Amino acid sequence: MVAFGLRRLGMALFVAFAVSVISFCLLYLSGDLAIALAGETQDYAQIELIRKQYGLDRPLLVQYFDWLGKALAGDFGQSVYFKTPVKTMLADRLPVTMTLGLTSMLFALALGIPLGVLAAIRPNSWIDRLALTLSVVGQALPTFWFALVLIVFLSLTFPLLPASGTDSWENFVMPTIVLGYNAAPAIMRLTRTGMLEVLSSDYIRTARAKGLRAGKVLFKHALRNAVIPVVSLAAVQFGFMLGGSVVVETIFALHGTGFMAWEAIKNNDFPTVQAVVLTFSLFYVLLTLAADLFNAWLDPRIRIA
Amino acid sequence: MATALPTAESILQPSPRRLLFGRVSRHVGLMLGGGVFIAIVVLALLAPLIAPADPYVQNVAKRLISPVWEADGSWAHPLGTDHLGRDYLTRLIYGAQVSLIIGACAALISGIIGTTMGVLAGYFGGRVDMVITTIITIRLALPVVLVALAVVGVIGGSLQVMIAVIGLLLWDRFAVVMRSATLQIRSLDYVAAARVSGCSTLRIVLTEVLPNVLNPLIVVATLEMAHAILLEAALSFLGLGVQPPLPSWGLMIAEGKNYILFKSWLIGIPGAALFALILAINLMGDGVRDITAPEGRG
Repeated sequence: MVAFGLRRLGMALFVAFAVSVISFCLLYLSGDLAIALAGETQDYAQIELIRKQYGLDRPLLVQYFDWLGKALAGDFGQSVYFKTPVKTMLADRLPVTMTLGLTSMLFALALGIPLGVLAAIRPNSWIDRLALTLSVVGQALPTFWFALVLIVFLSLTFPLLPASGTDSWENFVMPTIVLGYNAAPAIMRLTRTGMLEVLSSDYIRTARAKGLRAGKVLFKHALRNAVIPVVSLAAVQFGFMLGGSVVVETIFALHGTGFMAWEAIKNNDFPTVQAVVLTFSLFYVLLTLAADLFNAWLDPRIRIA
Repeated sequence: MATALPTAESILQPSPRRLLFGRVSRHVGLMLGGGVFIAIVVLALLAPLIAPADPYVQNVAKRLISPVWEADGSWAHPLGTDHLGRDYLTRLIYGAQVSLIIGACAALISGIIGTTMGVLAGYFGGRVDMVITTIITIRLALPVVLVALAVVGVIGGSLQVMIAVIGLLLWDRFAVVMRSATLQIRSLDYVAAARVSGCSTLRIVLTEVLPNVLNPLIVVATLEMAHAILLEAALSFLGLGVQPPLPSWGLMIAEGKNYILFKSWLIGIPGAALFALILAINLMGDGVRDITAPEGRG
């Protein structure tokens, strides 16, 4: 277990390093950052001044390690657009995005696992078809359009929920439905396949044959084994949700990290964009590391692979 | 003779092609998805012939006309006009072109990258596999939407940029699926037979491995095409994708958003079209998977 953990940790560290290089380089695609930062100004002297001020005249490697060193200490520099330290903004906005991510994940699990189990218990029944239909629709529904449709029905036609803002829990209801429904199909399908596989295995037949009640077999023996792969999937999905939060937060004007990233990108605010890309990526690396370690702890076969 | 020997025809009937046709035509999802997809492709290809108007001609006098099912709509503009007086049906048909071009080209680019990586990793294993798996892991750690937005924000949005950015980002599933498919093929006897009979590695990969991973490749390609179309629509909707006046469905929804209160059909129509296209492609992909899976035969 220790050897596996160390190997997996080394991999995570390497991926984190690579991701930091990519988030740093992403913004050098434009060619000259100083010109982009100067915006309207065409004045050569002023562009040179900006280049000096941001340290863009130094070699790229020096710039990278300078940025990385500060980032490791939590200092992502000053936001060009918001005029505040990126660190304070992140501290301010991350809780909103994390809350949205958590509620959406819970929504997806609450929708996906029961439906997947029911569909597996009665294959080809109406509930199986309902689950299949819900998942096919959920996979094809563009999140941003679904969000607008919800606004039309739940905010405009029937004014039940606020269309934008961050002030109360009501602001989180529609974003949660949109993000959660988007993640639910994958969880449902995996639960269904896992359940079908487990239910046809020998130990389930043994459990039934020795006289255990169906409910007990289902929840104590079958479900526990069937949801193991769902743990990994949920970790991956949570990471994808952070990315998806950009779209959903922007539509609902939810003041989280995603909305901030969109504003920063629109306004050439490079330090903020770099910080958000790095934060989201590192969070994904941590989540998948945790899920892998958890799975290895649950299932000894993974450790020796 | 009491019983006639079976003739050659009765043994050979039905032919494999007939069997395939039978499986395809019995699969409701595949027929439905394929039908809708082909219809949209035909509409997009014939756009200049069937579109009732020019997608770029603006007419201030004819702004925001309602579609025909509204009380004040007319057949002159079956789906109404947008905020610049452009015929909405025409924009919708030309928008299908943009979606399909980006979806197909991006899926092609990511398919080539992902298949190459996946087949190499699966076939050679060992150190090659380790390097490629690491690259896939790094790519998966990057938030796709955010990175695509940032890149387009820096270098500007156009059809070509969208295809390149999406194509260079979405190869992960190709690589993962092709890797595991190749792993299964690699240890089979016919690959070993090709190797002992002296085939070069390139030849084995091209003539023994690739044809046998084609089925999962087609399934992933359809799903990734849908993924690419959705991503383009989302980016265009956020203003960092295809730029106006090009008719992209995502862009049309963004433009209609300002009239969400009274003219909700402005976002309803392109959104429904996008939903129908993605649904059709996904049904097709699921159908191909069902039909090509050995347990789906019978």
